[in-house]
Amino acid sequence: MSYLVRGYLEEDELPPKPSKERLEERAVAYIECPQEIPCSPCIESCKYDAIRMENINAPPEMDYEKCNGCMQCIRVCPGLAIFMLRLKDGKGYVTLAHEFLPWPKKGQEVVLLNRKGEEVGKGKVTWVLPPERNDQTSLVRVEIDPDLIFDVRAIRIIEEGE
Amino acid sequence: MRLEDHPIVKFKRGKEVTIYFNGKPVKAYEGETVASALYAAGIRTFSRSFRFHRPRGFFCAIGKCSSCLMEVDGIPNIRVCKVYVRDGMRIKTQNSFPNADSDLLGFLDSIIDRFYPHGSHYKKFNRPRILREFVTKQIRGFAGAGDPPKKVFEGNASYEKIETDLAVIGGGPAGMSAAIFAARAGAKVILMDENPFLGGQLVKQTHRFFGSGRHRAGTRGIRIAEILADEIKELKNIDVRYETKVFGIYNGVVGAVERDKKLLEILPKKIVVATGAYERTLVFENNDLPGVYGAGGVQTLMNVFGIKPGNVGLIVGSGNVGLILTYQLMQAGIKVAAIVEAMPRIGGYFVHAAKVRRLGVPIYTGYTIQRAIGKKKVEAAEIVKLDEKWCAVKGTEKRIDCDFICIAIGLSPTHELLYQAGCKMRFIPELGGLVPLRNRYGETTVEGVYVAGDVAGIEEATAAMMEGRIAGIDAAIKIGYGGDEALKVREEVVRDLKEFREGPFGERIVSGLKKVSIEELQEAEA
Ligand SMILES: Cc1cc2nc3c(=O)[nH]c(=O)nc-3n(C[C@H](O)[C@H](O)[C@H](O)COP(=O)(O)OP(=O)(O)OC[C@H]3O[C@@H](n4cnc5c(N)ncnc54)[C@H](O)[C@@H]3O)c2cc1C
Ligand code: SF4
Ligand code: SF4
Ligand code: FES
Repeated sequence: MSYLVRGYLEEDELPPKPSKERLEERAVAYIECPQEIPCSPCIESCKYDAIRMENINAPPEMDYEKCNGCMQCIRVCPGLAIFMLRLKDGKGYVTLAHEFLPWPKKGQEVVLLNRKGEEVGKGKVTWVLPPERNDQTSLVRVEIDPDLIFDVRAIRIIEEGE
Repeated sequence: MRLEDHPIVKFKRGKEVTIYFNGKPVKAYEGETVASALYAAGIRTFSRSFRFHRPRGFFCAIGKCSSCLMEVDGIPNIRVCKVYVRDGMRIKTQNSFPNADSDLLGFLDSIIDRFYPHGSHYKKFNRPRILREFVTKQIRGFAGAGDPPKKVFEGNASYEKIETDLAVIGGGPAGMSAAIFAARAGAKVILMDENPFLGGQLVKQTHRFFGSGRHRAGTRGIRIAEILADEIKELKNIDVRYETKVFGIYNGVVGAVERDKKLLEILPKKIVVATGAYERTLVFENNDLPGVYGAGGVQTLMNVFGIKPGNVGLIVGSGNVGLILTYQLMQAGIKVAAIVEAMPRIGGYFVHAAKVRRLGVPIYTGYTIQRAIGKKKVEAAEIVKLDEKWCAVKGTEKRIDCDFICIAIGLSPTHELLYQAGCKMRFIPELGGLVPLRNRYGETTVEGVYVAGDVAGIEEATAAMMEGRIAGIDAAIKIGYGGDEALKVREEVVRDLKEFREGPFGERIVSGLKKVSIEELQEAEA
């Protein structure tokens, strides 16, 4: 339970990863929610039976084969703990929930942050779900180095003159 | 200091008005409290302490701590965090000369203990009597709480007697749920809250809630408040009284004051007490310095009134409240220098911690705050590492620059009404403090008086709503409403609540509840 001392997951604490083939097929939800907490909107929102949870306190478990990438779960997760991952044509894509101003825009270059808030590079925003379409939680997809899809967990907008 | 843009909240400001603070005009907007308008104008010293004349700022912003007492339109000792601005209002700081900000009596703080230590008024200057009377009069001039009002009340006071089925005290998620479920079963309900709006703590929770979807998890707290308020509007048998403070329960009769003008005598068949909780503070050097705030106070200022509490904050406590507050501060464009947590690990949910950690906020586990630094307001804080015996480790002190400090170490139930009503109470640390004994439906040892929500034990909104539903339905059933359907709903909610508490975060609550459950106590006796 040392992630509870640090506030982030280390590599060996990550949930099982979907295979490279699976990631190349289509986007898949990756859930970083290891602790037993009384929470269940993710499973209640999934219409494809891709999330398992024995009871409301059990941590969610993914069945990557069943996930069709519909993004319902990531829209409602109060822990902002779900990320959509994808590999395509040698590029990596991470879709994450974002609730800060200024709202990111398609085409914009942004700074990529890992779980500890360290900058790990830059990426390009390729798609945005406008905040007003999801009660002010925007979804943002960034195109990144494919080796970084299990590291990038937040973005920072580059300020003018930076 | 007013926030214009916010990712989640749209601040609707009322008409611009002018209030007068110690004679100087201050711009404010209708709908703001006096305290928030003063804060937005840069005023940080709200009062002076009783004896030492130390500067005090606001702390709780919900009328529970008294550090914001001022004279309003000639009436002393008003909690300005509970009073809404009106054009031309005159506000004066009290117990200071010439005013709280530059109180000449502030020098007493550094010398009074040398000349006049605690208890001196029993020992010094006692004889002859004439000397005692003279000195007492002088001291009362230095220490004290404001001047008596110069005029008598001239408004129109009125009185109303109300007969009803159920009186619900407190309009947070617990009280609102109790009212809705009792009314749906057919009961006539009066719902009272001292605020001009319903929602309780929910009105400042801009984040999406945890819990089960059936109890609105995944929805923002502020929206849950709106949804419940809409449901209440639909129900014609709920009479909502805003700005109504309940001051006592006397053999089943509820006494309240509506909008400071009308006395209510309510004769209900049953009562649900859902008064919520207030914030605890922490002992450290200078913990009364303006700039040391309760976490909920900062949330109120920022998320309800749209006013920035400062530029850089330090958060003490890594429970959910501290973690969520950190995230909310960052959403308002405010920097958080660090979160300190005395326990060796984070107290709240991991996912809440991960949210702020990935934005670069350091979390110091095994650390505590040692003192606040600053003369008239917070300029920095000193934190220190703790060893296994909770003692500060010398040489590990760190200075953290910040202009405000949020204390997020927990809440205590607002239990006074229950105690006064004669309910059997117990001090249960797992539940946050003094709480009443109750049966499985929330009825206390005083027949017909129910308890629900944080005042029954500090938990969270999902549990508060479930407890409210159970108390509301049970009260309706006992009065004779609802029939089999109501019985079914009641048992369903009882089951949901039990499942909800089955995880590790519920363990503590469950062990606390055992100690106040009337059924368990009877079983133990038998
Ligand atoms: C930062 C923070 C984050 C939180 N996050 C979550 C979360 O993610 N999920 C979750 O489920 N919960 C969360 N909670 C907890 C949740 O907000 C509370 O548990 C819940 O609001 C308790 O509801 P309540 O109805 O018991 O009390 P309150 O909401 O406190 O309502 C009590 C009401 O009673 C009124 N009142 C008190 N005394 C009187 C009187 N004498 N006369 C008239 N009216 C009176 C008050 O004005 C108030 O409106 C959070 C709390 C905080 C502070
Ligand atoms: S993305 Fe859709 S299918 Fe996949 S887990 Fe989430 S809700 Fe289920
Ligand atoms: S909704 Fe999010 S926080 Fe809640 S259990 Fe699912 S993944 Fe975890
Ligand atoms: S009573 Fe007003 S700030 Fe606490």
